[in-house]
Amino acid sequence: MIGYLPMDREERREMLASVGVDLDQLFAMIPACDCVRVDNYLALAKDGMSEMEVVDHIKKLAAKNKNGEDYDSYLGAGYYDHYQPAAVHHLISRSEFLTSYTPYQAEISQGTLQAIFEWQSYITRLTGLPVSNASLYDASSGAAEAMLLACRDKRRYKVFVSEGVHPDTMETIKTYLHAADIEVVTGALDEHGQTSVFPEEKGEYAGFLVQSPNFYGVVEDLDLLVQKAHEVDALAAVSQDPVSLAILKRPGDAGVDIAVGEAQSLGLPLSFGGPGAGYMAVTERLMRKMPGRICGATVDREGRTSYVLTIQAREQHIRRERATSNICTSQALMATAATIWLALQGSAGLLDVAEQSAAKAMYLEKKLVDSGCFKRVYDAPYFREFLVEAKAGVDLKKVNEQLLDEGVIGGLVLDQNRMLIAVTEKKTKEQLDCFADKLIALCGGQEGR
Amino acid sequence: MPKCKHTPLIFEIATKGEASRYIRPLDIPKPDFSEWFGKAYRAEKPNIPDVDEISVVRHYSNMSNKNYHVEMGPYPLGSCTMKYNPKVNEDVAALTGFAATHPLQPDSTVQGNLELLYRLEELLNDVTGMDAYTFQPAAGAHGELAGLLLIKAYHEDRGDTKRNVMIIPDAAHGTNPATAAMVGYKVREVKSNEHGMIDLEAFEKAMGDDVAGLMLTNPNTLGIYEENIEKITRMVHDAGGLCYYDGANINAILMHARPGDMGFDCVHLNVHKSFSTPHGGGGPGAGPVGCKAHLEPYLPRPVVRKEEDGYKLDYDRPKSFGKVRSFIGSFSVLVKTYAYILRNGADGLHQAAEGAVANSTYLRERLKGAYRIPYDTPTMHEFVMTGEWQKEKFDCNTLDIVKRLIDYGFHPPTIYFPLIVPEAMMLEPTETETWRDLEQLADAFLSIAKEAETNPELLKNAPHDTPIARPDETRAAREPVLAG
Repeated sequence: MIGYLPMDREERREMLASVGVDLDQLFAMIPACDCVRVDNYLALAKDGMSEMEVVDHIKKLAAKNKNGEDYDSYLGAGYYDHYQPAAVHHLISRSEFLTSYTPYQAEISQGTLQAIFEWQSYITRLTGLPVSNASLYDASSGAAEAMLLACRDKRRYKVFVSEGVHPDTMETIKTYLHAADIEVVTGALDEHGQTSVFPEEKGEYAGFLVQSPNFYGVVEDLDLLVQKAHEVDALAAVSQDPVSLAILKRPGDAGVDIAVGEAQSLGLPLSFGGPGAGYMAVTERLMRKMPGRICGATVDREGRTSYVLTIQAREQHIRRERATSNICTSQALMATAATIWLALQGSAGLLDVAEQSAAKAMYLEKKLVDSGCFKRVYDAPYFREFLVEAKAGVDLKKVNEQLLDEGVIGGLVLDQNRMLIAVTEKKTKEQLDCFADKLIALCGGQEGR
Repeated sequence: MPKCKHTPLIFEIATKGEASRYIRPLDIPKPDFSEWFGKAYRAEKPNIPDVDEISVVRHYSNMSNKNYHVEMGPYPLGSCTMKYNPKVNEDVAALTGFAATHPLQPDSTVQGNLELLYRLEELLNDVTGMDAYTFQPAAGAHGELAGLLLIKAYHEDRGDTKRNVMIIPDAAHGTNPATAAMVGYKVREVKSNEHGMIDLEAFEKAMGDDVAGLMLTNPNTLGIYEENIEKITRMVHDAGGLCYYDGANINAILMHARPGDMGFDCVHLNVHKSFSTPHGGGGPGAGPVGCKAHLEPYLPRPVVRKEEDGYKLDYDRPKSFGKVRSFIGSFSVLVKTYAYILRNGADGLHQAAEGAVANSTYLRERLKGAYRIPYDTPTMHEFVMTGEWQKEKFDCNTLDIVKRLIDYGFHPPTIYFPLIVPEAMMLEPTETETWRDLEQLADAFLSIAKEAETNPELLKNAPHDTPIARPDETRAAREPVLAG
């Protein structure tokens, strides 16, 4: 037997012979000219490896990395290291969740369907918007889908995007919208690190998008976004970190029309950038224009509460080229992991995670600024991530290399000698003090305290 | 075993015990957040319940028990390739050395990740006959988008901007036309002939200098290999278009034939179908996209390079079409893909394809007298049969048939697809089913065909023993209740 096959060739031959088919004729429909033309591959070995060999080999690859468990890391910028209670991984590893697929047959998929329904419920509760879908790929493609949704709704081909969005989000939006022949106008942040200047032309834009907290960690003014967007008849869209929604004004309460974001921060592993899960929530009015799967509650023939995929007239398998998006399979298991994380943390736990992250970020930032080696770039409040600029003469890239030798993965170094530093509840005071001391020392300052 | 428990929503089971505490207590002073955030501050606590851990664990365990899954039995959902998901894949993907790496770490600190991606790219090149891969797409449809963006970028770079048509066969998955529309292309549909293949005459007529490209699934959604595939790709190239291979069904031909050799310029793979990564109830998958050298400059940023001093992420790609998502891709899913290909080797993949075709063929031969097979062309990893006879004679439609299959302990096939076949049932058993399981599945279908004749009510009232049965979908769509 090879790989994971339960039958060898002889049994296969016998099985087919029992229905009058010759195994050797199975591939006869492939014209000879199409058949594999090489038998020497550059990398692919002829024979498979034993499980032991594969595990050894892959473990060696994993060991070549420096990881955030062995190192003290301050990277964030869209992916955050929040604690995942042990029960989450155990529950999503159940074959029932792991090895099933899209719940086409509601009778034998109530587990997945209810999990999606609860995810949608959590997202509506966190965002304050009434309608959520079953998940999108990530925050960046979600933001692009939000802009496409705005264009579908307003039948206009121009959107405004704040330059405070994650650079990957900006690039993804431009990629998606260029393909659809939609113009993307971008707008700079003000000296406080916020988006305060919006287009004034009435009836030209389909939607405005900001990210909050934005790429530089700064909390944006959703009220202003909504006011400015609605003044010119554009939809207001925001990409918002779900953990921050424990402590910050909800987009729905501010009057935002479309909220998207990255649910990785709800305790999903960093995993070198994926998989995470994008969320999208919208107003009632936009429900039937949404991309992605949607789960709804109904009753069965005996009146029992049942969950089904619904409002499918939007989707590709029915509408084909007139569908709201091509998305179908998205991130169901990751959304379920985030749902279970929220269930375990509860209101008190979620708030604690958000408050501790913010408190610790503020503590670290104060230490760095008090040392005189750093100054804050923007003075508007941030959530769990902040941007500082090192004093003249310091080379932050070099500093980060030196930190690595001391077991620290520093923050993200940006142009103009700036560092974007993320802090989560996982950091202890001792870790933060130690990091601050090392960083300040490397920047030629006094060891703090 | 007791029957599946009723599971109220999590919001209905808030408990009075102490909220579970998972994080250590705050060890620094707590700031005044209301003052710090000002008008952005939310004073109310999050509107979600506090539930103790055992209640949460039971809630989701009981809920999950209402799912059918691959480890329960055959799951012959056509076009979805529900094969066994090896356990070792999960273990290696969850290694801390991978799971705790951040996507923005310096290249020097993620050499293991980059080496794995580089090696996987080499393996996938060998498997598909391509020259380069991007790992960004998060799913098959996302891969289609990336593939068409490559084609669009290629034409634009050459100043060939008049091309605005994508050729798509009528048997294609709905994602193909939906993707073409997202990229701003008009869809020109070509008809299938009486053998379930592309009608060459119609195809020739569809060619023109407005053709940007072709999207083709091979074997197609009927499980049929396009016998004229090289002719087809040549016709598209002669018209100045490019050819995109939808790899949804590539499990059927692994190491027997390669898209690159057939003349395709780019391809996407569904690793959650062909390479055994789990489907997760609807993701996360991954949809890596491969291309020939002439499309490589347009791949999304970044790509992995091997240089003298190690592996690098290369962002300096002026002709790149941009990005379709954040960072590098769904990395842990790709680790599982890598483990699967190493476990199999070329011979293992070759045998897996043979097993998939053998199992599907066996099933078709067992069922062909009882259900109508719309095309007599030989099929590969999947085949389509219909409930037309049962509908006509006994008023039992395809939905009734597959709901009854649930009573026999199996997951139904894909139904009412492809759209060109009325009352369609699309069966893909995959290579990881045993002969015994296939026999039982075939016996169940045969028994149902008899029941349609003798006791049609059994089918119409099916399923009989599930937590719910025949939910009211019209009500769900007309009076939507989407959150609790």
